[in-house]
Amino acid sequence: MSVLHIVNKSPYDRNSLDTCLRLANKGSAILLIEDGIYAAQKDSGVSEKMTRAVSRHAIYALQPDLEARGINSEHMIDGISLLDYDGFVKLTTEYSKLQSWL
Amino acid sequence: MASKKFLYINRKAPHGSIYAQESLEVVLIGAAFEQDVTLAFIDDGVYQLMQNQDCKGIGLKNFSPTYRALGDYDVNKIFVELESLRLRGLSEQDLMPLTYEDEDDDWVEKKSIHVVSSAELADIIEQQDVILNF
Repeated sequence: MSVLHIVNKSPYDRNSLDTCLRLANKGSAILLIEDGIYAAQKDSGVSEKMTRAVSRHAIYALQPDLEARGINSEHMIDGISLLDYDGFVKLTTEYSKLQSWL
Repeated sequence: MASKKFLYINRKAPHGSIYAQESLEVVLIGAAFEQDVTLAFIDDGVYQLMQNQDCKGIGLKNFSPTYRALGDYDVNKIFVELESLRLRGLSEQDLMPLTYEDEDDDWVEKKSIHVVSSAELADIIEQQDVILNF
Protein backbone atom coordinates (compact mmCIF):
# COMPACT_ATOMS: atom_id res chain seq x y z
CA MET A 1 0.00 0.00 0.00
CA SER A 2 1.02 3.49 -0.75
CA VAL A 3 1.35 6.81 1.07
CA LEU A 4 -1.23 9.58 1.39
CA HIS A 5 0.59 12.92 1.55
CA ILE A 6 -1.27 15.80 3.23
CA VAL A 7 -0.39 19.47 2.63
CA ASN A 8 -2.05 22.16 4.76
CA LYS A 9 0.11 25.24 4.05
CA SER A 10 -0.17 27.83 1.29
CA PRO A 11 2.34 27.13 -1.50
CA TYR A 12 3.22 30.84 -1.52
CA ASP A 13 3.95 31.02 2.21
CA ARG A 14 5.86 27.76 2.86
CA ASN A 15 7.79 25.20 0.84
CA SER A 16 5.64 22.28 2.09
CA LEU A 17 4.07 21.66 -1.33
CA ASP A 18 7.45 21.73 -3.11
CA THR A 19 8.95 19.30 -0.62
CA CYS A 20 5.92 17.03 -0.89
CA LEU A 21 6.08 16.99 -4.70
CA ARG A 22 9.83 16.32 -4.58
CA LEU A 23 9.55 13.41 -2.16
CA ALA A 24 6.24 11.80 -3.13
CA ASN A 25 6.70 8.71 -5.30
CA LYS A 26 4.65 8.23 -8.41
CA GLY A 27 1.36 6.56 -7.49
CA SER A 28 1.16 8.02 -4.00
CA ALA A 29 -1.78 10.35 -3.33
CA ILE A 30 -1.80 13.99 -2.26
CA LEU A 31 -4.56 15.65 -0.23
CA LEU A 32 -4.77 19.45 -0.01
CA ILE A 33 -6.46 20.81 3.13
CA GLU A 34 -6.70 24.19 4.95
CA ASP A 35 -4.41 26.78 3.29
CA GLY A 36 -2.97 23.97 1.15
CA ILE A 37 -6.03 24.22 -1.12
CA TYR A 38 -4.68 27.45 -2.64
CA ALA A 39 -2.42 25.17 -4.72
CA ALA A 40 -5.51 23.94 -6.59
CA GLN A 41 -6.21 27.29 -8.31
CA LYS A 42 -5.57 27.24 -12.04
CA ASP A 43 -3.71 29.92 -14.07
CA SER A 44 -1.55 30.61 -11.02
CA GLY A 45 2.14 30.56 -10.17
CA VAL A 46 1.90 26.93 -9.06
CA SER A 47 -0.56 25.58 -11.66
CA GLU A 48 2.20 24.31 -13.96
CA LYS A 49 3.80 22.12 -11.28
CA MET A 50 0.37 21.01 -10.06
CA THR A 51 -0.69 20.04 -13.59
CA ARG A 52 2.48 17.92 -13.81
CA ALA A 53 1.70 16.45 -10.40
CA VAL A 54 -1.80 15.39 -11.50
CA SER A 55 -0.21 12.98 -14.00
CA ARG A 56 1.89 11.33 -11.25
CA HIS A 57 -0.53 11.29 -8.30
CA ALA A 58 -4.18 11.12 -7.39
CA ILE A 59 -4.76 14.63 -5.97
CA TYR A 60 -7.63 15.59 -3.70
CA ALA A 61 -8.80 18.87 -2.15
CA LEU A 62 -11.12 19.30 0.83
CA GLN A 63 -14.23 21.12 -0.38
CA PRO A 64 -15.19 22.82 2.93
CA ASP A 65 -11.74 24.46 2.93
CA LEU A 66 -12.22 25.68 -0.65
CA GLU A 67 -15.64 27.13 0.21
CA ALA A 68 -14.33 28.86 3.35
CA ARG A 69 -11.69 30.61 1.25
CA GLY A 70 -13.99 31.61 -1.61
CA ILE A 71 -12.15 29.45 -4.15
CA ASN A 72 -14.62 28.45 -6.87
CA SER A 73 -14.32 24.78 -7.80
CA GLU A 74 -14.66 25.82 -11.46
CA HIS A 75 -11.34 27.63 -11.11
CA MET A 76 -9.54 24.47 -10.04
CA ILE A 77 -6.84 22.66 -11.98
CA ASP A 78 -8.34 19.79 -14.01
CA GLY A 79 -7.89 16.37 -12.47
CA ILE A 80 -8.08 17.39 -8.81
CA SER A 81 -10.92 15.60 -6.99
CA LEU A 82 -13.05 17.26 -4.31
CA LEU A 83 -13.73 15.52 -0.99
CA ASP A 84 -16.01 16.22 1.95
CA TYR A 85 -15.05 15.22 5.52
CA ASP A 86 -16.54 11.74 5.13
CA GLY A 87 -14.49 11.28 1.97
CA PHE A 88 -11.40 12.52 3.85
CA VAL A 89 -11.87 9.87 6.55
CA LYS A 90 -12.51 7.14 3.98
CA LEU A 91 -9.41 8.16 2.02
CA THR A 92 -7.19 7.88 5.11
CA THR A 93 -8.35 4.30 5.58
CA GLU A 94 -7.31 3.37 2.04
CA TYR A 95 -3.61 4.15 2.57
CA SER A 96 -1.22 2.32 4.85
CA LYS A 97 0.75 5.49 5.72
CA LEU A 98 -0.14 9.17 6.15
CA GLN A 99 2.49 11.85 5.79
CA SER A 100 1.53 15.40 6.84
CA TRP A 101 3.94 18.02 5.49
CA LEU A 102 3.40 20.57 8.27
CA MET B 1 -3.09 66.81 17.75
CA ALA B 2 -2.36 66.23 14.09
CA SER B 3 -3.47 62.83 12.91
CA LYS B 4 -0.81 60.38 11.84
CA LYS B 5 -0.82 58.25 8.77
CA PHE B 6 -1.24 54.59 9.77
CA LEU B 7 -0.59 51.75 7.34
CA TYR B 8 -1.71 48.21 8.14
CA ILE B 9 0.11 45.60 6.03
CA ASN B 10 -1.72 42.25 5.68
CA ARG B 11 0.27 39.31 4.29
CA LYS B 12 -1.46 36.18 5.64
CA ALA B 13 -4.30 34.04 4.28
CA PRO B 14 -7.58 34.45 6.23
CA HIS B 15 -8.49 31.14 7.91
CA GLY B 16 -5.23 29.23 8.45
CA SER B 17 -4.06 31.55 11.24
CA ILE B 18 -5.54 34.29 13.46
CA TYR B 19 -3.54 37.19 11.91
CA ALA B 20 -6.18 38.37 9.43
CA GLN B 21 -9.00 38.47 11.96
CA GLU B 22 -6.83 40.22 14.58
CA SER B 23 -5.71 42.80 12.02
CA LEU B 24 -9.29 43.61 11.11
CA GLU B 25 -10.18 44.10 14.78
CA VAL B 26 -7.21 46.41 15.36
CA VAL B 27 -8.08 48.42 12.24
CA LEU B 28 -11.68 48.91 13.40
CA ILE B 29 -10.57 49.92 16.91
CA GLY B 30 -7.94 52.27 15.46
CA ALA B 31 -10.50 53.81 13.13
CA ALA B 32 -12.46 55.02 16.18
CA PHE B 33 -9.48 57.27 17.02
CA GLU B 34 -9.87 59.14 13.73
CA GLN B 35 -6.42 58.46 12.41
CA ASP B 36 -5.61 58.51 8.71
CA VAL B 37 -5.78 54.78 7.96
CA THR B 38 -4.53 52.91 4.89
CA LEU B 39 -4.67 49.14 4.37
CA ALA B 40 -2.36 47.13 2.13
CA PHE B 41 -2.96 43.52 1.07
CA ILE B 42 0.17 41.75 -0.14
CA ASP B 43 1.21 38.10 -0.74
CA ASP B 44 -1.35 35.65 0.75
CA GLY B 45 -3.05 38.67 2.37
CA VAL B 46 -4.95 39.22 -0.89
CA TYR B 47 -6.95 36.07 -0.10
CA GLN B 48 -8.57 37.92 2.83
CA LEU B 49 -10.64 39.95 0.36
CA MET B 50 -11.96 37.01 -1.69
CA GLN B 51 -15.69 37.09 -2.50
CA ASN B 52 -18.07 34.30 -1.46
CA GLN B 53 -16.16 32.98 1.54
CA ASP B 54 -18.42 30.42 3.25
CA CYS B 55 -17.07 29.00 6.51
CA LYS B 56 -20.05 26.80 7.48
CA GLY B 57 -18.20 23.64 6.45
CA ILE B 58 -15.12 24.27 8.60
CA GLY B 59 -16.94 25.43 11.74
CA LEU B 60 -15.20 28.82 11.94
CA LYS B 61 -16.66 32.32 12.10
CA ASN B 62 -16.72 33.94 8.68
CA PHE B 63 -15.38 37.42 9.40
CA SER B 64 -15.10 38.46 5.74
CA PRO B 65 -18.42 40.41 5.68
CA THR B 66 -16.87 42.72 8.30
CA TYR B 67 -14.55 44.17 5.62
CA ARG B 68 -17.69 45.71 4.11
CA ALA B 69 -18.07 47.84 7.26
CA LEU B 70 -14.68 49.53 6.80
CA GLY B 71 -16.18 52.25 4.57
CA ASP B 72 -18.50 53.33 7.40
CA TYR B 73 -15.43 53.83 9.61
CA ASP B 74 -13.75 56.09 7.02
CA VAL B 75 -11.31 53.32 6.13
CA ASN B 76 -11.44 53.71 2.37
CA LYS B 77 -7.83 53.57 1.19
CA ILE B 78 -7.37 49.87 0.52
CA PHE B 79 -4.49 48.90 -1.74
CA VAL B 80 -4.01 45.42 -3.22
CA GLU B 81 -0.74 44.51 -4.90
CA LEU B 82 -1.30 43.49 -8.52
CA GLU B 83 1.73 41.18 -8.57
CA SER B 84 0.34 39.21 -5.60
CA LEU B 85 -3.03 38.78 -7.33
CA ARG B 86 -1.44 37.65 -10.60
CA LEU B 87 0.82 35.04 -8.98
CA ARG B 88 -2.31 33.48 -7.44
CA GLY B 89 -4.34 33.45 -10.66
CA LEU B 90 -6.66 36.15 -9.29
CA SER B 91 -7.96 39.50 -10.51
CA GLU B 92 -9.91 42.39 -8.97
CA GLN B 93 -13.18 40.66 -9.98
CA ASP B 94 -12.41 37.88 -7.47
CA LEU B 95 -12.39 40.39 -4.59
CA MET B 96 -15.29 41.82 -2.58
CA PRO B 97 -16.47 45.13 -4.11
CA LEU B 98 -15.77 47.31 -1.05
CA THR B 99 -17.13 50.86 -1.21
CA TYR B 100 -17.60 54.02 0.89
CA GLU B 101 -19.74 57.15 0.66
CA ASP B 102 -17.63 60.27 0.05
CA GLU B 103 -18.82 63.02 2.41
CA ASP B 104 -16.82 65.62 0.44
CA ASP B 105 -18.58 64.68 -2.80
CA ASP B 106 -22.31 64.61 -1.95
CA TRP B 107 -22.04 61.12 -0.42
CA VAL B 108 -21.37 59.50 -3.77
CA GLU B 109 -20.56 55.79 -3.40
CA LYS B 110 -16.96 55.12 -4.45
CA LYS B 111 -14.64 52.13 -4.62
CA SER B 112 -12.34 51.57 -1.64
CA ILE B 113 -10.14 48.94 -3.29
CA HIS B 114 -7.32 50.04 -5.56
CA VAL B 115 -5.17 47.47 -7.30
CA VAL B 116 -1.65 48.92 -7.53
CA SER B 117 1.75 47.81 -8.77
CA SER B 118 4.65 46.99 -6.44
CA ALA B 119 6.29 50.30 -7.39
CA GLU B 120 3.16 52.27 -6.47
CA LEU B 121 2.83 50.36 -3.20
CA ALA B 122 6.48 51.09 -2.38
CA ASP B 123 5.69 54.82 -2.60
CA ILE B 124 2.58 54.42 -0.44
CA ILE B 125 4.71 52.72 2.24
CA GLU B 126 7.19 55.63 2.16
CA GLN B 127 4.40 58.14 2.84
CA GLN B 128 3.36 56.63 6.20
CA ASP B 129 4.14 57.68 9.78
CA VAL B 130 3.33 54.34 11.44
CA ILE B 131 3.32 50.86 9.87
CA LEU B 132 1.72 47.85 11.55
CA ASN B 133 2.24 44.32 10.20
CA PHE B 134 -0.09 41.32 10.34
